[in-house]
Amino acid sequence: MRNVCTITITILLIAASSLRATEIPQGERRSGFSFMTPDTQAIQNDDTANPGMLWVLDGEALWNSNAGAAAKACADCHHDARASMRGVAARYPAFDKALGRPVNLEQRINLCRTTHQQAPPLLYESHELLALTAFVASQSRGVAIAASADSQIEPFIAKGRDLFMRRQGQLNLACANCHDDNWDKHLAGSAITQAQPTGYPLYRLEWQSLGSLQRRLRNCMIGARAQPFDYGAAELVELELYLMSRASGMPIETPAVRP
Amino acid sequence: MPSALINVPKQAKRGEIVEIKTLMSHIMETGYRRTATGELIPRDIITSFSCRYNGVEIFRADLFPAIAANPFITFFTVATESGKFDFEWIGDKGFSEAASAAIVVE
Repeated sequence: MRNVCTITITILLIAASSLRATEIPQGERRSGFSFMTPDTQAIQNDDTANPGMLWVLDGEALWNSNAGAAAKACADCHHDARASMRGVAARYPAFDKALGRPVNLEQRINLCRTTHQQAPPLLYESHELLALTAFVASQSRGVAIAASADSQIEPFIAKGRDLFMRRQGQLNLACANCHDDNWDKHLAGSAITQAQPTGYPLYRLEWQSLGSLQRRLRNCMIGARAQPFDYGAAELVELELYLMSRASGMPIETPAVRP
Repeated sequence: MPSALINVPKQAKRGEIVEIKTLMSHIMETGYRRTATGELIPRDIITSFSCRYNGVEIFRADLFPAIAANPFITFFTVATESGKFDFEWIGDKGFSEAASAAIVVE
């Protein structure tokens, strides 16, 4: 019996270590920024050249304007975002006790709108929701991502990790096949990055617009010829959560620029 | 809600060459794309950009459908006197936006 136990434990240890071997060591983690050409990096570094700042400006205007039946602005409760929103995006997605599941920053903004402002929720990827999210997230620029180590949230991180490791779509690819195993290589002309979600919502030159992390995740799923999850789906939030926990300690860059 | 980002040095020496950077939010819809149902999406672009330095035009550009969304236009000028730069963007569907920036020349 003891032998069986020892063998089982050994097998489990081997299985665990072989899984970990594919993950990126802490010291080798790199933001997508470091994979870009100096020209694209220059766009992100200059706030007057970074088109993402257009959304941040609009977001600031929305922050201070009244909305909904309650005729309240975000600023009426949260006051100066530079103080109250500093570091908030670094903690999201976060566990919502009332809902019993994690919510991302966009969903938190919409929850605030529906409960406190009594306003209709903003559509995913709408200009207003992206602008508000970018404005809030940009207050955390330079703040290290602090993934929640809460016991309530752990099962959701595990689910997200499971989705990241699971093969899907006609191409039968898992996220990990590219972003853990081949991040130092290229896919056609483009660098395969490590999928560190440090700058969302970000301005993607290909989109000619700002977009959320969920838009990026859906893009990848479509690329693998998989049926993408809908915006706001629990699976996408769990995947966001896992990516944020994976990037724990890396600084927020919102609004980032990517090719 | 169109908004512009302008970067003009606040101060410059007389005769110094200064760089002016402008970024205007605009979708720059080409007029060549179609919707899922096959209808043509009408063209909606900025067609003209101009910059005046104390009332005198120093830079003008015509824009075309091949230019990406949120056009970023930069150019250089010689700082001759203190004053104001006035920027103007004109486009389809009655689009007209203006912005200005001040410069002190010593």
